[in-house]
Amino acid sequence: MDFSFGSEYEAFRETVRVFLGENWPLRGEEADLSESERARRFRRRATEAGYLYRNIPRRFGGSEQPPDLLEAQILREEFGRARAPMELTGQGPQMVVPTLLEWGTEWQQERFIPKTVEGDYVWCQGYSEPGAGSDLASLQTRGERVGDEWVIHGQKIWTTHWNRAQYMFALVRTEPDASKHEGISYLLLEMDQPGIDVRPLKQITGASEFAEVFFDGARTPADWIVGERGQGWRVSRSLLKHERNMLGSGARAQGLFRSLIRLATRVERQGHKAVDDPMVAEKLVELMGYVRSQQYSSYIQLTRELQGGESGLLPLLNKIGNSNIAQQISSIALSLLGSDSLLAPGANPRGTTSGNEKWMNQFMGSLGESIAGGTSNIQRNIIAERGLGLPRQESPASKDEAGGER
Amino acid sequence: MNFDLSEEQRLLESSLDRFLAERCPVARVRELFDSGEGLDETLWRGLSELGVMGLHLPEEYGGSGLELLDLAVVAEAFGRHATPGPFLEHVLGGLAIALGGSEEQRSRWLPGLASGELRVSLALAEGEDRWQPEQWQLPGGARVSGVKEHVPHASGADLFVVGLHGGTLGLVEGSDPGLRGEPLEILDRSRPLSRLHLDGAGCDLLPRGAEAAPRMRDAGLVLLAADACGGGIACLDLAVAYAGTREQFGVKIGSFQALKHQLADMAIHIHPARGLFWFAAHAFEHVPEESAVSAALAKAHLTDRFLDVARASVEAHGGIGYTWECDVQFWLKRAVFDRAFLGDPSCHRRRVAEQMDWSE
Repeated sequence: MDFSFGSEYEAFRETVRVFLGENWPLRGEEADLSESERARRFRRRATEAGYLYRNIPRRFGGSEQPPDLLEAQILREEFGRARAPMELTGQGPQMVVPTLLEWGTEWQQERFIPKTVEGDYVWCQGYSEPGAGSDLASLQTRGERVGDEWVIHGQKIWTTHWNRAQYMFALVRTEPDASKHEGISYLLLEMDQPGIDVRPLKQITGASEFAEVFFDGARTPADWIVGERGQGWRVSRSLLKHERNMLGSGARAQGLFRSLIRLATRVERQGHKAVDDPMVAEKLVELMGYVRSQQYSSYIQLTRELQGGESGLLPLLNKIGNSNIAQQISSIALSLLGSDSLLAPGANPRGTTSGNEKWMNQFMGSLGESIAGGTSNIQRNIIAERGLGLPRQESPASKDEAGGER
Repeated sequence: MNFDLSEEQRLLESSLDRFLAERCPVARVRELFDSGEGLDETLWRGLSELGVMGLHLPEEYGGSGLELLDLAVVAEAFGRHATPGPFLEHVLGGLAIALGGSEEQRSRWLPGLASGELRVSLALAEGEDRWQPEQWQLPGGARVSGVKEHVPHASGADLFVVGLHGGTLGLVEGSDPGLRGEPLEILDRSRPLSRLHLDGAGCDLLPRGAEAAPRMRDAGLVLLAADACGGGIACLDLAVAYAGTREQFGVKIGSFQALKHQLADMAIHIHPARGLFWFAAHAFEHVPEESAVSAALAKAHLTDRFLDVARASVEAHGGIGYTWECDVQFWLKRAVFDRAFLGDPSCHRRRVAEQMDWSE
């Protein structure tokens, strides 16, 4: 067992630290720019230095570095410590770009990747439908080839960034006669067009991050298909190979845990900090057991990945492990908040409240986390069937599903 | 960056698995459990020949000079096989003498302990769950009198490492006429416990006992956590195997989603937690400033999860799970032992909380 990264990597870490010391936060006149502009300028410099967008070729705005899990880990640690912006998050950079790198044509890559990486193009996802949630491959939105265009009819739901996105990447049934998984294509389309009607959904928090998107003869050029006709399911499943997707898992839980500790240090109970209450402290330590488990599990996965070995069950447990931790954190936070939990987050002007009520967003968000991207119950199915080798449940659709992958 | 067992540790793991499957399969565990003997002399000799008893002791005293992680690999295998017998207290007793003993004490006892010819037990706990060194009240001296609770495998032990007031340690020989063991009715019949009455028993103080005692305790917490990890995974595996054979409504019960989810939750509880005892074992020698906290955290978390998983495994077995005939009982009772021995999870979480600087 050896937790050091070795001298070569420690030298890399030192270079990264020097770079961060010189470049973040921005100084002089640049310090007065808007937050997003500061982040944009910094990202450009960090990419030139080879630290961000490492798996994207230089000609598409990346830094084109050979994959290196340890360097990636060091960058996460050092950027995290300096609170410097990392790569843009969101479905464009994290889903569309890797998909195009693997499946896109040269012109698609040139047309979409650089501006997505830069943050100029914002994407939304058209996957789920009212009748196709956990059973996504049963989606019914259909695309027909008419001349040199695809003409699309149907409905998508749970579309985020609907108010900012210029483009959508969507799974559409283009081969109605093919089997469930073989009849789907992966299409790109413009959002601003007459055939698309976007209706925001009001969610449990009162905000509207999601929308329903209705297609009534929406159009997109024939060559905006990624991969071949009928390959869409495979195209959409294929983006889990890149270094950034590897870990994160342990780090996220730790970050949230640290925020909870800060809350417990700030909140007072009968003249004492909540964290000094033995009952509260014991709860926090119990949670720490889960947080550290998640962290060590990610180290084990990293080690085995570096050695080209298998991690067995562990990767299947990451998502639900994180959701469970987020849920426990929100439950402790709720009891720490006391009456502040009665207030709606954000609605109350600062000064009249403690500011703690913003934790209610985390509370609600932790519910979303157990649903989005495959509900915890679907995760349990996957763990049981793929991880523990239990038989698939017989269902009316199971014959059809047997050939597909989930 | 390498957070995994070494080649040698994996080899040790697999050779122990083979050895235990052959020499102490679950049918043998059942025999020992039913008889309440706890100690299988043949098994003890076999394990001693494998070098397990002195794995962590210095080579100059007949040990192998390895580290706590190696010992923890053994403990995890014992948990996996629900192996009965006096392993935990024996290796901890040896560790206490190696860390806190004089040259004379070390050369007198360690070679016999390493070879398994001599057997040592631990007399630590006192009433009201006083397991921790700072809580011990038994007055030390050349002669000691008082009562120690929950002493494992006391019958036939050649030596006792005894916890004394001031958090220090002394040695009392098993043959001392001032000793009387009173066997307790116990839940986990694979690890019998006694109340030990000391009545003017001769006591040989360990010169560095006060330093050795918390270290020995920390090592014990790690080994219990390792045992719990192995035991928890065994409980899951038993339940998965049962779900794959038992049929109801014309299908394997493992195809029912309700049971799948229960089994998946068991996996979520136990599998990612293995790193806790790995790190704590590693920290024992290599990251001393984190050793106490990580050992307490591993013990608290893993023994709690072991009990969760053992309970769920009984439930997954249905009616048969509630019978003496069903093997899961060995692990359920082992889980209760691992959880309570050396102090319960709540006690160790409080200890962690006291040592944490939350403002960091």
